[in-house]
Amino acid sequence: MSSILIKNGRVIDPCNNIDAVMDILVKDNKIDRVEKSITDSADKVIDAKDKWVMPGLIDLHVHFREPGYENKETIATGSRAAAAGGFTTVCTMPNTYPVTDNAVLIEYALSPKRNAVINILPIGAITKGQQGEELADIGTMAAAGACAISEDGKSVDDPSLMKNAMRYSKMFDLPVFDHCEEIRLAKGSMNAGDRASMLGLKGIGNDSEELIVARDIILAGATGCRLHLCHMSTRGSVQLIKEGKAKGVNVTAETAPHYFTLCDEDITDYDANFKMNPPLRSCEDREAIRQALKDNIIEVIATDHAPHHIDDKNCEFEKAANGITGLETSFALSYTELVEKGWLTPAQLVEKMSFNPARILGSDKGRLSVGSAADITIADPNEEYIIDVNKMVSKAKNMPYNGRKVRGKVLYTICGGNVIVENGELTKEYR
Amino acid sequence: MYKRKDLLGLRELSADEIMTILNTAKEMKAKIDDPALRDKSLEKSSIVTLFYENSTRTKMSFMLAGEYQGAIVKDLGVATSSVSKGESLIDTGVTLDQMGTNVMIIRHQLTGAAHILAKNVKASVINAGDGSNEHPTQALLDLYTILERKGGFEGLKVVILGDISHSRVARSNAFGLTKLGARVTLAGPSTLVSNSMKSLGVQVSTDIPSAIRDADVVMGLRIQFERQRNMPFPNLREYSSLFGVDAHMLKYAKKDVLVMHPGPVNRGVELSTDVIDGKNSVITVQVKNGVAVRMAILKLLTENNSRQ
Repeated sequence: MSSILIKNGRVIDPCNNIDAVMDILVKDNKIDRVEKSITDSADKVIDAKDKWVMPGLIDLHVHFREPGYENKETIATGSRAAAAGGFTTVCTMPNTYPVTDNAVLIEYALSPKRNAVINILPIGAITKGQQGEELADIGTMAAAGACAISEDGKSVDDPSLMKNAMRYSKMFDLPVFDHCEEIRLAKGSMNAGDRASMLGLKGIGNDSEELIVARDIILAGATGCRLHLCHMSTRGSVQLIKEGKAKGVNVTAETAPHYFTLCDEDITDYDANFKMNPPLRSCEDREAIRQALKDNIIEVIATDHAPHHIDDKNCEFEKAANGITGLETSFALSYTELVEKGWLTPAQLVEKMSFNPARILGSDKGRLSVGSAADITIADPNEEYIIDVNKMVSKAKNMPYNGRKVRGKVLYTICGGNVIVENGELTKEYR
Repeated sequence: MYKRKDLLGLRELSADEIMTILNTAKEMKAKIDDPALRDKSLEKSSIVTLFYENSTRTKMSFMLAGEYQGAIVKDLGVATSSVSKGESLIDTGVTLDQMGTNVMIIRHQLTGAAHILAKNVKASVINAGDGSNEHPTQALLDLYTILERKGGFEGLKVVILGDISHSRVARSNAFGLTKLGARVTLAGPSTLVSNSMKSLGVQVSTDIPSAIRDADVVMGLRIQFERQRNMPFPNLREYSSLFGVDAHMLKYAKKDVLVMHPGPVNRGVELSTDVIDGKNSVITVQVKNGVAVRMAILKLLTENNSRQ
């Protein structure tokens, strides 16, 4: 078996409380040693001087569109985009066509035929067809390898059905990934406020998110389920999560890079690459999200990578599909917006992009412990570059960051000991 | 000067550009009543109307404004076109563009529709109403009417009443009037007038008598039943008694107040019949001025656009 020696990198491994210049030896696809100085010979030596060496990044929230919308993205293309962004594990949302609501479709996502280059952990739907009427096959999906359940794209409208889903999934120790949106308050296409008034677009208030955050924290308290709140975007949600945690509810939360990078004032034209759900909120909300990351009220950064075909975006703003791509920009935006600006320490960033997601999944990933799978990401925090949408690996190009200057470049993505990305490019074998 | 390819809204126009249009409209107005004054200045131009929403006065007004200047004017019957087969707005626009259309006039139920059309065609695009965003030619004809009757805008108190939240007319007027120095108040029930409209530089009020006090212009807006999901007020009787303007309510305004309405009117709801047909009303004048303003816009845009 081949071996890899990573020399002189700044190893940041919050799980083991390490932030120091170390060497890492990978052997037999596992982490063999992590020491101050390793002089063994290896098949491949990577000089990581002045680079960050992190446990492989984990994204709890991506849409790979397969089956059903392969013109937007597939598991093959999405997993390559993920690798390019430094991710070694992603959780795929079930709003495919047909909806991933049974064990066969979980197995489909996990099949080697999907040609993924990193770890894919499929999420099952909460209700059959995401119709909000009856529970999906939660138990058999868990047995087939589902990592969580989610109705992402909408909320389960009926609170009694949601409560049952929480009770039932608890039996299988599956977390519930919760999309929070009271749809009857969300009949708009951007955040309600001055900018929506300026542009003549109907607004969506913070209340539509917060109403369901409040409801589901209460239900999680009542059922004891592991509730994970997806793509949090408002200051009110932050307050509710804080209160929920204080009461001892088993609740965790994620936000996406766009909610701490952009705000509704960035929407100047009717460019649908700025349209997502929940919408870009006010500057005050963005500030609250940054503070919540710092205070660890929000413990995860997830991308909500939502690839769309150009035809779904190059149209009337109100008609355009929701969502933006995120896998290939997440690390750089998080580093630039959060670490450089002093909101997070490097270790806290790695915690939110790797260790915390692993904990929420109940997985032993997200760490550089001896004996664990060699999922390792190496990035240069100092490299400055301009985001170029045409250089993205993802099939989709729908992102609002084209031309934006960032710092922090992923150079190596090693998954299970295989070098998927080298010097910032997919290696030939995995292209 | 007006040097733009398109007319998408008043939000992006300068006061100077607006005045250019209004001054050009003044030259046009006589041509409506006297055919002898009409020329064939647009005979080399073709104009297509694309109305994804219904319209009487705006569409007819545009078509006549084109024909009075000798242009070729065609209407794409949206309901009977390929749009009903699912053709996208951009594809429809590109198709018409290839046929040599000089001006496309679009009305659409979605905000920003005119903007995305304009980005994708060489023809000049005129926004004849997009979603709840703007209806620039309506506001321009309102401005023209005010200018004609009041001689200017500086310091005028203009009150716009009714279904503000769904109204592209209110928004375009707010943009235009504030740029020209008028003071604008948007008034109606709190469910139809949002406080965030203040960011447009206007006052917001739910108290109709105090909003109307000393007004120079009172503009009523139609309650747009077709855009309501939940009724924002209990019933029409309550609405007209609390928020409608009748002759008694109008006494709060200045004696020479102009009463305006973009039409179509729900008689007895936002304005009472005696106010609609009363001596202060310029509602029918607005319609004629609409043709003049649209003639002016077509002239200015076709002068600018050689389709290169």
